[in-house]
Amino acid sequence: MEVSPSDLGSARVLQVRGRLDHSHAKGFEAALVPHLAECTQDGRALVLDFSGVAYISSVGLRVLLLAAKQVKAQQGRIAIAALTPIVTEVFQVSHFNLVLSVFPDVATAVAALAP
Amino acid sequence: MKLRCWGTRGSIPVSLTAPDIRAKIVLALKGAGAVDLASPTAIAAYVDQLGFDVAGTFGGHSSCLQIETGGLEHIILDLGTGVRPLGHYMLAKYGPQSAQTYHVFMSHLHWDHIMGLPFFTPVYVPGNRIVIHSCHPHVEFALRRQQAEPSFPVRFDQFAAHIEFDILIPGQVIEVDGTRVVAHAQRHAGDSYGWRFERAGKSLVYSTDSEHRLEDEDEWAGFVAFFDRADVVVFDAMYSLADAISVKADWGHSSNIVGVELCQEAKVRKLLMFHHEPAYSDTQIARILDETQRFEKITRVGHAVEVLSAWDGLELTL
Repeated sequence: MEVSPSDLGSARVLQVRGRLDHSHAKGFEAALVPHLAECTQDGRALVLDFSGVAYISSVGLRVLLLAAKQVKAQQGRIAIAALTPIVTEVFQVSHFNLVLSVFPDVATAVAALAP
Repeated sequence: MKLRCWGTRGSIPVSLTAPDIRAKIVLALKGAGAVDLASPTAIAAYVDQLGFDVAGTFGGHSSCLQIETGGLEHIILDLGTGVRPLGHYMLAKYGPQSAQTYHVFMSHLHWDHIMGLPFFTPVYVPGNRIVIHSCHPHVEFALRRQQAEPSFPVRFDQFAAHIEFDILIPGQVIEVDGTRVVAHAQRHAGDSYGWRFERAGKSLVYSTDSEHRLEDEDEWAGFVAFFDRADVVVFDAMYSLADAISVKADWGHSSNIVGVELCQEAKVRKLLMFHHEPAYSDTQIARILDETQRFEKITRVGHAVEVLSAWDGLELTL
């Protein structure tokens, strides 16, 4: 599992690659920590580019939920973008598509989160 | 070993309403336009090819299952309202003169799991023996209180059957009429316990009213070991994962997603989703079943788990 940051417009984009399962969820959670701390009302919006995520399990989804909760409490903005077909189905079955902001691609997500 | 489902709904019994029935009939007739319905056989064939949510129902009785082990004594899981038709079935099968022994294994003592006892006819039959197995030391108090005034007109002491209480601890292995039984502690308000039954090379796990903390690796590993290679796991799949870990966290229930993941890791043969949300219609439960079967397929790594949804009347031979 890898997380690579870059900036696009007003957003911080984290490109996530690999499987977010029981073996990698803790590493994913740790990699998000510094970026979540900066995702405040006045900070950059955070877009998680999931185009390289092959699979996400329940424990990986929990990390996303915690991240969204933290950002909401900080009045920041966070979204997930570019889900692969498998991960799209996992989001639908788990109903995470109803509780997280999901966009078809990174550019759309960045535009939607622009202040 | 055979599993028979008498009550599969969670939290409170529910019933189909007149509008529910009407909607099913409208749907069935809508698809019948060009179908030959000239004979009773043709009508039956048409009904049989309709979806279960249209031609049937998942049912509304609260938790009660029966395991037929092939032994002489009977095993019942929980005393929800499904135990009422189970009692009638037993009396019809054995008659009132033939004394029977029933072993009841309690997941916990919340009302939806005990409320059928006053209507379980075998408790009123002299000569019957009913052994209540539970890891809750207050089980006798809970069942007596339910019968006491002003809640019910028949007191516990008026039951004609001989009733015993067997208080167990999780991990303690017992043998009941040739069936090996062990309990596992679960996360639920007031605690709940799962039960694993093994006999003649077959195994069944009953794990309802059980919330899973995904961050607790020891708890996860404990359930994988408890489910290990079971032929059937009856699993509390009441909520979506998103609900179970957000707005309904600490409500004491789990999800279809966690059920699939645990059963995949434990190499379970069949996952039986159970304790259906009372607000869900047959259409919703059928859709959840479709989605969960798809989820199992797209996340499968080698071992396949057959995903089923429990309904009142379902029989599964292990």
